[in-house]
Amino acid sequence: MDNHFAVKDPLEESRIFLNRVVAAFVLIILIMSGLVVRLVYLQIVGHEHYSTLSKDNRIKIAPLPPTRGIIYDRNGKMLAQNVPTYSLELTPERIENLDETLKNLQQLLAISDDKLEQFQKLRKRNKAFTSTPLLQNLTEEEVAKFAVVRPYFPGVDVYVRLVRQYPYADLSSHVVGYVGRINEQELKTLPSAEYRGTDFIGKIGIEKTYENQLHGTAGYEEIETNAQARAVNTVATTEPIAGSNIYLTLDIDLQKIAYDALSEYNGAAVAIEIKTGAVLVFASRPGFDPNPFVAGISAKEYKALQESHDQPLYNRALRGQYPPGSTAKPFLGLAGLEYGVTDFGHHLFCPGYYRLPNVEHKYRDWKKFGHGSVDMNSAITESCDVYFYDLAMAMGIDKMHEFMDRFGFGRKTGIDLVGEVDGLMPSREWKKRFRKHAWFPGETIITGIGQGYMQATPLQLARATATLANNGQVVVPHLVQRVINKDTAETFENRNPENLGLKKQNVDNVIAAMTNVIHSSRGTAGSLARGINYHIAGKTGTAQVFTIKQEEKYNEDAIDFKMRDHALFIALAPVEDPQIAVAVIAEHGGHGGTVAAPIAGEIIRAYLNQNKASANEK
Amino acid sequence: MKNEMRNEYFQSPSLIGNLLRTLHVDIPLFLGLVLICTLSFVILYSAGGQEINVLIRHATRMGFAMLLMIVLAHINPRQFQSFSVLFFAGCVLLLLAVAVMGQIGKGAQRWLDLGFFRFQPSEFTKLSAPMMVAWYLAEQPLPPKPKHVGIAGALLILPVLLIAKQPDLGTALLVASSGAAVLFFAGLSWWFMIVCVLGGIALTPLLWNFYLHDYQKNRVLTFINPEADPMGAGYHIIQSKIAIGSGGVNGKGWLGSSQAELDFLPESSTDFIFAVFAEEFGLFGCVSLLFLYLLVIIRCFYIAVQAQDTYNRLLAGSLAFTFFVYVFVNIGMVIGVLPVVGVPLPLVSYGGTSMVTLMAGFGILMSIHTHRKVHPV
Repeated sequence: MDNHFAVKDPLEESRIFLNRVVAAFVLIILIMSGLVVRLVYLQIVGHEHYSTLSKDNRIKIAPLPPTRGIIYDRNGKMLAQNVPTYSLELTPERIENLDETLKNLQQLLAISDDKLEQFQKLRKRNKAFTSTPLLQNLTEEEVAKFAVVRPYFPGVDVYVRLVRQYPYADLSSHVVGYVGRINEQELKTLPSAEYRGTDFIGKIGIEKTYENQLHGTAGYEEIETNAQARAVNTVATTEPIAGSNIYLTLDIDLQKIAYDALSEYNGAAVAIEIKTGAVLVFASRPGFDPNPFVAGISAKEYKALQESHDQPLYNRALRGQYPPGSTAKPFLGLAGLEYGVTDFGHHLFCPGYYRLPNVEHKYRDWKKFGHGSVDMNSAITESCDVYFYDLAMAMGIDKMHEFMDRFGFGRKTGIDLVGEVDGLMPSREWKKRFRKHAWFPGETIITGIGQGYMQATPLQLARATATLANNGQVVVPHLVQRVINKDTAETFENRNPENLGLKKQNVDNVIAAMTNVIHSSRGTAGSLARGINYHIAGKTGTAQVFTIKQEEKYNEDAIDFKMRDHALFIALAPVEDPQIAVAVIAEHGGHGGTVAAPIAGEIIRAYLNQNKASANEK
Repeated sequence: MKNEMRNEYFQSPSLIGNLLRTLHVDIPLFLGLVLICTLSFVILYSAGGQEINVLIRHATRMGFAMLLMIVLAHINPRQFQSFSVLFFAGCVLLLLAVAVMGQIGKGAQRWLDLGFFRFQPSEFTKLSAPMMVAWYLAEQPLPPKPKHVGIAGALLILPVLLIAKQPDLGTALLVASSGAAVLFFAGLSWWFMIVCVLGGIALTPLLWNFYLHDYQKNRVLTFINPEADPMGAGYHIIQSKIAIGSGGVNGKGWLGSSQAELDFLPESSTDFIFAVFAEEFGLFGCVSLLFLYLLVIIRCFYIAVQAQDTYNRLLAGSLAFTFFVYVFVNIGMVIGVLPVVGVPLPLVSYGGTSMVTLMAGFGILMSIHTHRKVHPV
């Protein structure tokens, strides 16, 4: 309130103001003197220094892009390397008539319109004085051809450039991925200093997931240039630091066995080392050759890949979502035991169908006249559907969802590979939210045999199997074993110590039943038992087909095949001391036991033999 | 006969003088500005790659800015005073609008697009903020009590934060300093200022961690050690120092800047134009230009001291001081003693918005000076 009594005093105010103006003026003079001192320092003291930098020889700073890290498999076999290749490049600034030059070059060397278009795009983005590639991977013959006429093409040069190459092509494509030219969108978000001089960036796979480690640190060169801005001499160099080399957990030989074993089937095989979570096999068939993507794939080739019936660009192991079918049974059985809904010896009569009280509809077993009296052991061994219909009804969808969720169904595994999908483990909430409908009891029943809404990726199945084999100690699959650069080596082990806290007896019972799938005369995958001196535990499955493509054309020859069920198989071995968990899906393979199981068998056999061999060596 | 001759001879310059006086133009200030503007054409011709089109656009903008200055000089300062609150409120609302649109558009947003007309509300705020604070303090007994200082600070904080968030650190700095200058001229206690400076130093780590964008941090880091990132942000400063240093005492002569010509120096016609000037005209040129700026600042202070009421005095003082801050921040960053914050060299840099606001400020100063009541001595 005191300001009501305070009176404005104009004389005092103008006196204060005058003081302040003087103070401000003194400050301004001081600061300006400071600026002048700095100018004197730059222009008199530093004049000679800066003159030499500027006058006859001017310093330009040129980036030195780092060499990209190499990707190896677990045994040191190279999966992605850098290969020197010839590259025909144009520096627009030094070319008088660009259109004509391009036309002449096109006549000399067969250059597709596609390549020309790519060049024009790149050129617009680059500065006029930077060298822009027109043609890569020139043959010796092409280089010779150009060398003869080179004097007539000022501003056109052949350079040797390191280009990414993938020696295993389609075999490793879905794991390693590929690099491609940095596009406009990526350019906006990249740290520009680090990527100056770099043309390529990881687009998918390990190449993308581990881009930061693989890329390295850019260096630069201070170059003296003459009055025409042409390089004369290098003053100082800060060497780039090459990207880290990466060792994968993948075993490319094993991968090849799996890939070949899938033979004519489209599908996927995933194998995980149980103790570590290391992914040994991550095969998706068909693969594709990633090498054309590096140089810039032509629109035609890309279209062909995209529209192919077999969908080679589709990573089935990571992104393929299939109803797990009967392969879900061991886990649902375990759920029943863990919740105390049933016990392992509980018997039930299977007449070949299951019916809800007071409902006409029959849920059929795959065996028309039924399995007769079954307990959980025989229900898993013979894959009895009725037993699991009954168990599902007793358990209810809420418990099923809760338990399967803990086993990783319906959620990402956390593998170090971009693009993983969730799969689906349905629940009441899910259906309400996404289907706008209440849950029906009938849906609980078919979920009991892994059908209905339930969907899992091959990776999720392998991971769940590995977790089961690991007594509920959760296994997080990972593909990178070591990241090695000049100074450090980082090693990755099983990254998730979470334990599901399962009863050992329950797990043993379920695995025993799965062992019978292979080693009992009534098992659905008996063929695997031949010629091995250890035990394999597994489970077959068949998944009803959902059409891969909605607007697929009617094709008389293909239709029969396309209607066939997917064949699935999960396995762990050896039962005595589980080391490897496998999941195999053969699209339209029909029966899990006859098609998918032998593929898993080959992987297991090869892996365990290899282990034995290396143990003997020691 | 002789007398008549002499009268005619002396009358023609005073004719122009009379004309300017009736237009309410302050002749010394006007002369200073014209000199700097003329110089700007000379530098811009060289820095802008000797393109006539650049000069024409620059001249158009300058013409418009001068016109605005003369129009404002004509208005009685009482009008400015009564318009202050409305003007300030309008600016804050527009800043909010820009911020909201930026949120929607997801990205840096400084412009308000009215379809036929695009402008930056932050530019107007450079004028409305000191006007508002001057209006408020003019109502209070001075020197200001802590409460009044607090209220004035509260008025400033919202627009400054909004502008800094845009993010336009340079303009935020200018708005903040124009408001602070009003408080300073009103007699803000020295102790308070010392406490503020110490507090500011203490707050720096907080600001650094929670408020600055990565690229802004980068600029500061680069300023501290430009050699650490010669490919990226440090490039400006290194090249600018080479340009200035190689100019020496006498410079390389007009059109002699090799740094700008060979594309070494980025932004050579906008924020870094002083480097081109220093390369071509050397230390002599630089000191002369600084002296020219100093003359304009002195005249502005003279106008402020001569002003007849508190509002005019405070506003004039603040406008004069802010002009100096412009000069200092720009030249400071170009010669590598301040971080790069994106403030143009006043009246010289190419690019329109800041020139219009600056000239408007000079218009207000002229209005203050030419509308005094002349007391009979």
